[in-house]
Amino acid sequence: MTRTLPWLVPLFVLLAWQIGSDLGVIQANVLPAPSAVAAAGWRLARSGELWTNVEVSAARALLGFAIGGGIGFAFGMANGLSSLSESLTDSSLQMIRNVPHLALIPLVILWFGIDEQAKIFLVALGVFFPIYVNTLHGVRSVDPHLLEMGRAYGMSERALFLRVVLPGALPSIFVGLRYGLGIMWLTLIVAETISASSGIGFMAMNAREFMQVDVVVFSILVYAALGKLADSTARLLERTTLAWNPVYAKV
Amino acid sequence: MNVSVLDRIADALPHVSSAGAAVTLCGVTKAFGAHRVLQGIDLDIALGEFVAIVGRSGCGKSTLLRLIAGLDAPSSGTITVDGQSTGWRDDVRLMFQEPRLLPWQRVVANVEVGLTHSRDRHDRRRHAEDTLVQVGLAGRAHEWPTVLSGGQKQRVALARALVSHPRLLALDEPLGALDALTRIEMQDLIETVWQDKGFTAIVVTHDVSEAVALADRILLLEDGLVAMDVAVDLPRPRRRGDPRAAAIEGRILDRLLRRG
Repeated sequence: MTRTLPWLVPLFVLLAWQIGSDLGVIQANVLPAPSAVAAAGWRLARSGELWTNVEVSAARALLGFAIGGGIGFAFGMANGLSSLSESLTDSSLQMIRNVPHLALIPLVILWFGIDEQAKIFLVALGVFFPIYVNTLHGVRSVDPHLLEMGRAYGMSERALFLRVVLPGALPSIFVGLRYGLGIMWLTLIVAETISASSGIGFMAMNAREFMQVDVVVFSILVYAALGKLADSTARLLERTTLAWNPVYAKV
Repeated sequence: MNVSVLDRIADALPHVSSAGAAVTLCGVTKAFGAHRVLQGIDLDIALGEFVAIVGRSGCGKSTLLRLIAGLDAPSSGTITVDGQSTGWRDDVRLMFQEPRLLPWQRVVANVEVGLTHSRDRHDRRRHAEDTLVQVGLAGRAHEWPTVLSGGQKQRVALARALVSHPRLLALDEPLGALDALTRIEMQDLIETVWQDKGFTAIVVTHDVSEAVALADRILLLEDGLVAMDVAVDLPRPRRRGDPRAAAIEGRILDRLLRRG
């Protein structure tokens, strides 16, 4: 009973939507019926168009995330551990952070055209900051008592990093990771919608030109599903690596 | 106490003698900026002696302990452990007021932190598990530290300090945060392992009765100097409420409180 309860409202909305469409209250060129959206999805899946586009989008997202997240993680660690590195780069990075990365789209198109690099660059830039800020915060919030204990017990710098700093910073890094995943999809949606010749955003924009509203709605749902999938994966990772922490173990 | 287990551990760590270390301080001062915390301490601590350092808060007792443990360097003067001037040493272990366990490592892995320099994984694990048995935590090896009580966490910290068979154990108010009964249990445990292994122990405490219960010798620190050096010549195990212990405690408390 308690397991089915959260599904009641979405189910009711879906039902009302379908009935409204069938009765003609909701016009098909505004919002097609759920059955029509499902049919469009089935069509796209059968033709293979869906999978090609999902693959292209996912590859862009993950590559951009790996690049931006990797650089953000490296800078976060370096600046958390070394005050020289921090005073050298942190304020510059904070300045760049204040530029909304999506505002760079015109510039990015001028630089890279509408090729893959443009999207990957934007995703990487968007993902960089949440990972950077949260990694830095995580390293800073490691209990200094534990660091002192590690040193007093003769841990090498390497052991200190692997056994104290990294696990101590991990909860905060995960916050950055989940936030970064959200930004990753958002950036990709915008970039693909504005200029692309493949991907889910292209699929949606292409369908708009031919007034295929059902495909447009379906594309939006695909984005939502991919976002949910990424978040669930991050949560699973969080739960397994932070099992020591009672806050996460119970979730 | 399983003697064969101890022998096995001692055999496996041939570079570490299980006997105590002698500590000598000569004209030791420590200043933080303009504030001189220690004003020139001369001290000889014998092999295997149990010394308690008491004093009002801010008298420099923790600072002194950190110097002896090699965590900080003195501003002037020399500290030698077994004739060698200190710095960090593998056979000196420090136990803190807080357990300072790594919450992301199981209990047994936390004890293994004390064996950072031992190469063999199976050896490390076996020594850690044996030491957990000694501190009365058999069967808790694979739990997370967060599920343990305060007293149990301090037992794990004690196991971590003991697992490498230190020759000098420095304890910085290790029982300060525990309730009265757990404290007495821990005092008994510390006394038992000390008698068993023969290391030199230096405990900093604000609790005079704890000092009298545990130590061979009590040093009272006042304004950065040793103001009293009292031998506690009572048979062990010491019963709580012994009138001779109470007399010693009274003398030290009088001195501490006169300046209140």
